[in-house]
Amino acid sequence: MTVPVLEGRNITRNYASGGGLFARAKSVQALKGISFAVQRGQTLAIVGESGCGKSTLARIITLIDPASSGELLLDGQAIAIGTAALPREVRRKVQIVFQNPYGSLNPRQKVGDMLMEQLLLNTDHTAAERRELALGMLQKVNLLPEHFNRYPHMFSGGQRQRLAIARALMVNPQLLVLDEPVSALDLSVQAQVLNLLADLQDEFNLTYVFISHDLSVVRYIADHVMVMYQGEVVESGSRDAVFTNPQHAYTRTLFAATPQSDVASIRARVQRRAMRHDL
Amino acid sequence: MALLTIRNLTVTFDTSAGPFKAVDGIDLAIAPREVLAIVGESGSGKSVAMLAVMGLLPPTATVTADEMSFNGQDLLALPAAAKRRIIGREISMIFQEPMASLNPCFTVGFQLQEVLRQHLGLSRADAHARAVELFTAVGIPNPADRLQSYPHQMSGGQCQRVMIAIAIACNPKLLIADEPTTALDVTIQKQILDLLCDLQITQDMALIMITHDMGVVAETADRVIVQYKGRKMEEADVLSLFQSPQNPYTRALLSALPENATGKRLTTVADFMRDLDAQSGVAP
Repeated sequence: MTVPVLEGRNITRNYASGGGLFARAKSVQALKGISFAVQRGQTLAIVGESGCGKSTLARIITLIDPASSGELLLDGQAIAIGTAALPREVRRKVQIVFQNPYGSLNPRQKVGDMLMEQLLLNTDHTAAERRELALGMLQKVNLLPEHFNRYPHMFSGGQRQRLAIARALMVNPQLLVLDEPVSALDLSVQAQVLNLLADLQDEFNLTYVFISHDLSVVRYIADHVMVMYQGEVVESGSRDAVFTNPQHAYTRTLFAATPQSDVASIRARVQRRAMRHDL
Repeated sequence: MALLTIRNLTVTFDTSAGPFKAVDGIDLAIAPREVLAIVGESGSGKSVAMLAVMGLLPPTATVTADEMSFNGQDLLALPAAAKRRIIGREISMIFQEPMASLNPCFTVGFQLQEVLRQHLGLSRADAHARAVELFTAVGIPNPADRLQSYPHQMSGGQCQRVMIAIAIACNPKLLIADEPTTALDVTIQKQILDLLCDLQITQDMALIMITHDMGVVAETADRVIVQYKGRKMEEADVLSLFQSPQNPYTRALLSALPENATGKRLTTVADFMRDLDAQSGVAP
């Protein structure tokens, strides 16, 4: 068995809230002991409703926030950003793409500068090399060289999300955390971005942690699925196992709530409705 | 007889780059107690068409139509005061962002009672009683207590319930829901869609669902209009639309659904539309 690219062992995260001169601070446990592992080139989907802790987990995996307890391993190497500074080579391994491409791009920075800044901070490339790499990356995400000198407001939502992906990939990460990357996008644009993600995963042998509440997208893209509810993992397994035979009641609730768009369920609904109208 | 009839509706915005046609010759009719879904991507003009009916567009918009009538009254010729008595009372609307649609400075109870007193002329006590009744109808627990809450004290789903309570306060004949569940979780989305479909039957009203989500269409609509770049592409009852879509754009939308993926790649709408735009002469 190969060493997983990413492994979490019993990760918890507490947030302090309230408190003051006389009141004691309350502690909210956002993550209650999460364990998982992802192999290279695979996609782990994390599913759950808002407030279940999936974005907290994303921040811990991306090395933005430290975990309160538990172990995080990258390539089998334990990482503890709470206690020790990290060399930039380790930070480069993990990158993130956020949900809202309107909020995650700096409106006053040209696209080319945004892509090159990653290299300026993290590598020793010369200016000419940085420019070449940035232009190459624009083409990889199906944008054009003339987009290099434009500002983010000149792009549509789908194009911006592709820019955010391009920025994340500039430093050749192994692991990409995608925090609801398509939920702000239209259906057709969503399809383009999902296709792009699939192509890039094949080309760079990337590992994805894909956070979403849209089960139809998860079913399409994921290899493994982890369902979270109130800070705990309630179900975890291969995509086919979770989708064909959900074990936990919450997973079944999620499936039941997902709109059915096949012809048979529409026919059943139309018939139910006709009966209610007759009464 | 149709409740709302629109013929050849065109909405043009004056922009610095010249006039922009957001809605281009849309025809629409909805019968009493019908659920009509208008589906399209952002920029297809689906919201703008309904905002034109409500009279909620900014002054830069020019609205023209051959006919726009509601329940036998001509909305185009009606003076503003008379139109105000219809809008918000007989036609009401709910929006995508429930948090942003409510005024953060007033309690939700105040905002609901304001509608009741303004449109129905109820007394303070009657308005309060009716408000409790409405909160119960939309499934808000402890209705009498919750009337005192401010919007920030409620969750997104609860705020959308408050919006629905305000919208149905005057027993409207037509409710327009503009992406009512887009900002909500799937489980909450299901609750809100069920609530809207229930109320549509119990309150005897017609419902227009504006959405970009084919799943929402499949779960709610009787009849569907598909819109693209301000034009109507297809109109059909929900079953035939999903069973045998006639228009290439509708087929493209349906094949872009992840659950309809064949193999590893999704068909994108762009693949379909490049040819179609060239044929019909719509600017890409």
